[in-house]
Amino acid sequence: MYAQMVTSEATQEDPQKLAAFQARIDAGEKIEPKDWMPEGYRKTLIRQIGQHAHSEIVGQLPEGNWITRAPTLERKAILLAKVQDEAGHGLYLYGAAETLGVSRDELTEMLLDGRMKYSSIFNYPTLTWADMGAVGWLVDGAAIMNQVPLQRTSYGPYSRAMIRICKEESFHQRQGYHIMMKMAQGTPAQKKMAQDALNRFWYPSLMMFGPSDKDSVHSAQSMKWKIKMNTNDELRQKFVDQTVPQAEYLGLTVPDETLRWNEEKGGYDFAEPDWSEFFDVIKGNGPCNTERLAARNKAWDDGAWVREGLIAHAEKRRAAKLAAE
Amino acid sequence: MKTEWPLWEVFIRGQHGLNHRHVGSLHAPDAEMAIKNARDVYTRRNEGVSIWVVEAAHISASSPSDKGPLYEPSESKVYRHPTFFDIPDEAGHM
Repeated sequence: MYAQMVTSEATQEDPQKLAAFQARIDAGEKIEPKDWMPEGYRKTLIRQIGQHAHSEIVGQLPEGNWITRAPTLERKAILLAKVQDEAGHGLYLYGAAETLGVSRDELTEMLLDGRMKYSSIFNYPTLTWADMGAVGWLVDGAAIMNQVPLQRTSYGPYSRAMIRICKEESFHQRQGYHIMMKMAQGTPAQKKMAQDALNRFWYPSLMMFGPSDKDSVHSAQSMKWKIKMNTNDELRQKFVDQTVPQAEYLGLTVPDETLRWNEEKGGYDFAEPDWSEFFDVIKGNGPCNTERLAARNKAWDDGAWVREGLIAHAEKRRAAKLAAE
Repeated sequence: MKTEWPLWEVFIRGQHGLNHRHVGSLHAPDAEMAIKNARDVYTRRNEGVSIWVVEAAHISASSPSDKGPLYEPSESKVYRHPTFFDIPDEAGHM
């Protein structure tokens, strides 16, 4: 999802402590920063929350790309508000990760030098205005699928961040669908753009949930710890079932000839995305990986003087205040 | 120079008459910037009428292992609750 293929850390601690910890989780108690927790739980969470935070931040780039070119002033204001929300979501999540004993700068550096990942979806380009619709509708839609259950995750700060994010995320998906509605009901050229955006974003959106993990030991551990609430396949199925009727309403065609309603399972049968493409994108070979990381590195480097200047100013004022006392 | 901005905890009064409530944290060079950033990060949808920021390093917290000694003594003092006392209906509302 926004956190894909997070491997869980093995943990070697006192079995009694581990059992007591698991009992707390099973009883639905929230784990808070100062509570005892297994090293594996802590490390897996840092990886997962960090990856999620990085995704929110890098996710601003494909949409930021269209702020200056939005078709109306209102659309521009909406997109600006949405992208600002993504920055906020990144900050809530970094805040949650920091309670686990990693610093913001460490997390940022791990993103910038490639030690930590962000979601594969943000390595695809946004070529037309219709892509702003497809991103809000599909990408934020897929994110919501994952984030809603994560509000019940066992780690208190993560759960609270997810609750804030979910409150705001619905606006994102609806504004995207609204763009798609306008385009799909517009001129034939606009409808074509909408269809093209759906064609390009459908499979990358399905990839957001990650490959099937029904036999993965990592996922099993994360689910036991309530860091992960559903399997990737469950969430993907839910996403397809919800999205296909929305595409039909728009009069657009999901680019999957095998797509069929399966009465027996009460859901759609659909084609898997090309997982070799997914692994390639994860490895750094997607259409925009280089551009995205370069943009983040440039922002970090270009902002260094601001960070340093403001802290120097704050220290100077503190010293002056002390001297005056 | 490599200095990370300090961490601030943010408290927001949601409505007039309510307590400030902890909503999260952020980094800022000083208190003034922390309040400005808190406005942008935590009140984008009218969530507050007042903001407090406190440098995280200045917060002292109780430790989870103290839970027993800190809170258990109150468990046996049921007489601190009004329901402990049976008052006959005839006495009227109390």
